[in-house]
Amino acid sequence: MASETTNDAGQVADAAAHAGESVGMPQLDFSTFPNQIFWLVLSLIVVYFIVAKVILPRIGGVIEERHSVISDYIGQAADFKKQAEKAEADYEAALKEARSSAQAIAAETKAEIQKELDKAVAKADAEIGAKTAESEAAIAVIRESAVENVREVATVTAGEIVSALMPSVSDDAAVAKAITARMKG
Amino acid sequence: MAGDNQDVGGQLNIHPMDQFVIHPLFGDGPVHWYTPTNVTLWLGVAIAAIVLLMVLATRGRAVVPSRGQSVAEIIYSFVRGMIVDITGEDGLKYFPYIMTLFLLILFTNVLGLLPYSFTVTSHIGVTGVLAMAVFTAVTVLGFVKNGGKFLKIFWISEAPLALRPILAIIEIISYFVRPVSHSIRLAGNMMAGHAVIKVFAGFAAALAFYTPLGVGLIGPVVAIMAIYGLELLVVVIQAYVFTILTCVYLNDALHPGH
Repeated sequence: MASETTNDAGQVADAAAHAGESVGMPQLDFSTFPNQIFWLVLSLIVVYFIVAKVILPRIGGVIEERHSVISDYIGQAADFKKQAEKAEADYEAALKEARSSAQAIAAETKAEIQKELDKAVAKADAEIGAKTAESEAAIAVIRESAVENVREVATVTAGEIVSALMPSVSDDAAVAKAITARMKG
Repeated sequence: MAGDNQDVGGQLNIHPMDQFVIHPLFGDGPVHWYTPTNVTLWLGVAIAAIVLLMVLATRGRAVVPSRGQSVAEIIYSFVRGMIVDITGEDGLKYFPYIMTLFLLILFTNVLGLLPYSFTVTSHIGVTGVLAMAVFTAVTVLGFVKNGGKFLKIFWISEAPLALRPILAIIEIISYFVRPVSHSIRLAGNMMAGHAVIKVFAGFAAALAFYTPLGVGLIGPVVAIMAIYGLELLVVVIQAYVFTILTCVYLNDALHPGH
């Protein structure tokens, strides 16, 4: 470490000896000004031509191109968005149509079923009516025959009772007449 | 070697200004105007760096830029934005020269931070030429574009009439001081920071020599690191300041009506 710094210090001392001719600030050594100015102006000219002929047109062109590419892409994206919106609208319309046709079909089916149902109910009602009428007829027949039987039994019984109690006045026709009168009342 | 260090005091014999000495690249002769010197070398290196970053890195002309091209585009947009903000669209006619100034100052400044390098912009002769070129161009442009109306920049019409002559004198003085402040600001900033780094480097050498195992080195080296970080900021900011002041002066020439 120490020997390294010694070495550096030696170099510094060397350089100082070289710089001996310029006293104080090297910036104020006017004898070097023509040299600085010449090389600076030359460099400025070189850089100016590189900047004006290559750098600015190239980078300006690239940036412009990028803007146009980006605006192209934005336009395309807008188109795609429009398409997507249209597709969505179509989809909505199709959905609406499907829904309304489904409703129509449902209503139609319902109406059909109702019609069949009504038909079946009417048929059933008619059958029930017929059966009821038949039954009523049967009941009426039974009732009539029952009245007949009662009359017969009553006539026979009343005749027997009359002939048993008063054999002298036994008159079957009068008994039958009385029975009929009674049953009407 | 030992003979060089007989004088122990020589360890503190720091020469912070030696880095600014202009010397011929080949041999030891006198410095003529055409002699290739370290000024030539470091201007050449700066031009090479400009070509590398701004030309070679952008040769792909890619719509999706590479890293190098991104940096070049950032510099382009930065300078262009500066001109448009300050002088408006009509200032873009002078974009090439302002870009030239910014690139050359930026790269010579940054390259000057390399160890053993030479900072071209630390010389008042260089920055003086740059500032005088701007001053002359702005003055000529101002009269060519506006004729006598250019003198209005010295006549503040917003001020009360009684104050105007006094303000005019102040404005005229400040106008002619512009190239001086413009150039000394840049050269002074470059010179001061580099000299301070050299002074601390001298301390480091001396402390390494005097302290056991050279531990004293640590303090100055840490200080150099901190100053180096600061200097990195300063060199970029000074390139920016020189360029933005050029735009401000140019704006006076283009739009003298304040």
